[in-house]
Amino acid sequence: MPEIEPIVGRYIHFPVDGTNYRIYFEEAGQGIPLVCLHTAGSDGRQYRHLMNDSSVTGRYRVIAFDLPWHGKSNPPVGFQNREYRLATHLYANTVMSFCRALELEQPVVMGCSMGGRIVLELALRHADELRAVIGLESADYQEPWYDTGWLHRPDVHGGEVCAALVSGNMGPRSPDKYRWETLWGYMQGGPGVFKGDLYFYRVDSDFRERVAGIDTSRCAVYIMTGEYDFSCTPEDAQRTGKKIPGAKVIIMEGLGHFPMSENPELFRTYILPVLEEIAGNTVLR
Amino acid sequence: MIRKLPELVNNDEALVRRGRFLTAEIKIVVGDDEYWVDIKEGRVGAVERGPFLMRSYDIAFRASAEAWAKFWERYPAPGYQDIFGMTKRGEAEVSGDWLLFMQNLQYFKDLLQVPRRLAAEEGNA
Repeated sequence: MPEIEPIVGRYIHFPVDGTNYRIYFEEAGQGIPLVCLHTAGSDGRQYRHLMNDSSVTGRYRVIAFDLPWHGKSNPPVGFQNREYRLATHLYANTVMSFCRALELEQPVVMGCSMGGRIVLELALRHADELRAVIGLESADYQEPWYDTGWLHRPDVHGGEVCAALVSGNMGPRSPDKYRWETLWGYMQGGPGVFKGDLYFYRVDSDFRERVAGIDTSRCAVYIMTGEYDFSCTPEDAQRTGKKIPGAKVIIMEGLGHFPMSENPELFRTYILPVLEEIAGNTVLR
Repeated sequence: MIRKLPELVNNDEALVRRGRFLTAEIKIVVGDDEYWVDIKEGRVGAVERGPFLMRSYDIAFRASAEAWAKFWERYPAPGYQDIFGMTKRGEAEVSGDWLLFMQNLQYFKDLLQVPRRLAAEEGNA
């Protein structure tokens, strides 16, 4: 018998800030909606292991969508004549528009890296619409360690350089097959898309002055960071968590910047208790 | 470690293929010791120990002997698993032709990391 996974992919159309988008999303499971946000320059396939984990999908409806310009979601009409730049307002509106278009009730939103950054903004601005946020490799700010100019120019191969840039930001024990699958996502990114995402991540989202305003009694906050992440470090995560009363910070040993895709077996040992806790708190409400 | 680069790299068919368009002379500085590594179409030719006065190079990688030792462990400690992790910590420096470096970034990362195989063979954790 061929193996057919329970993941189903579909397309949905909705406007964000007056622009129409055709968005690809995948889902599996039933229960509490769990919306998963991919890292900069990649796409929702990073969450395929979570969507194939019956311990998760038995209680959660796991949904991962590709941001516009990423994966199988198209860029807007006329993309060829503009430079892609993600910004805080657009990113937050895209995520919330997606949740509303699917009529998700009190979803949990989990994002990694820049997705881990934007969930802090969502917890601040949309607390009453969300059950909880989980920031993977998440911080209110981080020190830059590279020049994004190298990521989009004709004399450097974009796919190769984007993958190579992040290739070492994983745990050294993460299995090769998952490491390289994670990098394949970067190799497949459109020209300038990783760089455009990093405009949000590096320029437009210094949340150091804002995260203290998050009210975790309205929207629970979990910050989970891999010890091998030298980009968004455990220290960055701890600093951020300290500013948000009630936020829980979990440092994940052995993992790097891509916990859900670089070592899914290890990641599940960290994420399952968190999802259990969120689901448990839901029952009590 | 550095002296074994020709054997380690040239016996790695995939790595040589990755660097097939790269010809460069690089300098790896380990503490006070300088090694000049000649790369031709992905293969490592000569490794010469310096110093050499007034000799040009394309790219130089510099760190203390202690930092390289941590970097070359089979399973490095957090922050030492990648050359950019080391540069961000201020423990390593990359200088020279950045265009050439970024055009061949994965090759250079693999080249620098290949001594970890020796640690693995020795059963070094």
